[in-house]
Amino acid sequence: MTVIDPATLKKTALFAAHQKLGARLVDFGGWNMPVQYTGIMEEHKAVREAAGVFDISHMGEFFVSGAGAKVFLNGLLTNDVSKLSEGQGQYTLMLNEDAGGVIDDLIIYRLLEDSYFLVVNASKIDEDRAWIENELENPEGAGVIFSDRSSLYSAVALQGPKALQIARALLGASWPEPKRNEITAYSWNCQEILAARTGYTGEDGIELFFANEIAENFFFALLGAGKPFGLKPCGLGARDTLRLEACLPLNGNDLSDKRTPLEAGLGFFVSLTKDAAFPGKEVLQRQKSEGVKEKLVAFRLKEQGPPPRPHYALFQGAERIGEVTSGAPSPTLGYGIGLAYVRADQAQSGTTLDLEVRGNRVPVEVVKKPFYKRAI
Amino acid sequence: MSNIPEKFRYATSHEWISIDGGTGTVGISDHAQHELSDVVYVDLPKVGAKIAAGAVVAVVESVKAASDIYSPVSGEVVEVNTALVKNPELVNKDPYGAAWLFRLKLSDPAEIDALKDAAAYTAQIGD
Repeated sequence: MTVIDPATLKKTALFAAHQKLGARLVDFGGWNMPVQYTGIMEEHKAVREAAGVFDISHMGEFFVSGAGAKVFLNGLLTNDVSKLSEGQGQYTLMLNEDAGGVIDDLIIYRLLEDSYFLVVNASKIDEDRAWIENELENPEGAGVIFSDRSSLYSAVALQGPKALQIARALLGASWPEPKRNEITAYSWNCQEILAARTGYTGEDGIELFFANEIAENFFFALLGAGKPFGLKPCGLGARDTLRLEACLPLNGNDLSDKRTPLEAGLGFFVSLTKDAAFPGKEVLQRQKSEGVKEKLVAFRLKEQGPPPRPHYALFQGAERIGEVTSGAPSPTLGYGIGLAYVRADQAQSGTTLDLEVRGNRVPVEVVKKPFYKRAI
Repeated sequence: MSNIPEKFRYATSHEWISIDGGTGTVGISDHAQHELSDVVYVDLPKVGAKIAAGAVVAVVESVKAASDIYSPVSGEVVEVNTALVKNPELVNKDPYGAAWLFRLKLSDPAEIDALKDAAAYTAQIGD
């Protein structure tokens, strides 16, 4: 076990709250974050059956505004920003120029006519900011105002079939409930709360953004309001198994600067038809016409056995044809599941492959994504 | 606070061993099962395998990760707890009883003296 001095880790404004709740805190990309409170299985189940709340304050909050913001962002991101009305959000990606590889995946919300809010991965805040600041040097950046307010904002994800009921119980009847992928602003104790109908668990729910000053009060108020509904504080352990069941990619595992969104199966979030020439567009256009050589697939163990883990190899007979990027035992399904990049000719669902685990071969089957889809 | 029975010896890597004549029974401590939480899979050694003290002999997998289990002493594996294949959660429920991992015939009983007693192991985990 690697021992890291917790004093060197960054803390969110909810750190003391996690300690009070008896969380197990671990190093997560330089942040001291709760991996679990009572247990990953239990927390996972709470989100699938009732609701869970996650501290996601480590994530980055960027704001981009000005008359040229839309054009600038359309030349930076893969999805078509011009499709967003005020109050709407979309999943999108930021790519490097040479490989069309993923720098980061993020959600962009259009708050007002010329005002955009970007939520980026915690481990990528510095890299994303540097990339955006560099892009601002281009002519499209003239008159665009960018600010990284990550250190000023806290955030929680309230997820699960009871999430909206809990939010209404806390925020009251006049709270403007956002619809899917929408974001609304509201005031709680005279402080602004942004609420987006988005998440990373495969369940309905919202993500709430607010100033650090009110983080602990708001978090405990939310837990109190959610108690009658079975709300549980949940750690990053359950967040990972939940997102894996829903086949939501994790940057650093399933996405990297060497993998394009087309290989990752995220073509839906890439607009090759928009006029804007975002970094990586040419590589993706070429890749689209030539076809991808490898694809990110979902696979499951065919029988009881060891759970897949990142970097395990996949074989077709004697030939190594892929590598696992995410894997875990699925708490909902009860068997091992994973995501892996495999050679395109082996990516068809129903294909049987061998997973190598500690020198042994375990049969797995490529399946359709996602593993878990909530009933609507 | 972890349960640390007086009657066992402990390895720094959190395995316990109980000695009966020339045979040792090995499992993981209550502290270790608590740290791992939610055990979902156990890989056991083969009967007849000869292992050196400190070598990886089994793997216990939780939701989060696979963790190597080291043999506290040297010897030959004479029995493994196959009940754990179907019921890996026993590791969480009864780490010192039903969830023993394997038994081995000790090749050098003097190695036991190098292991920690309950007091020293308690001090190690800071309980």
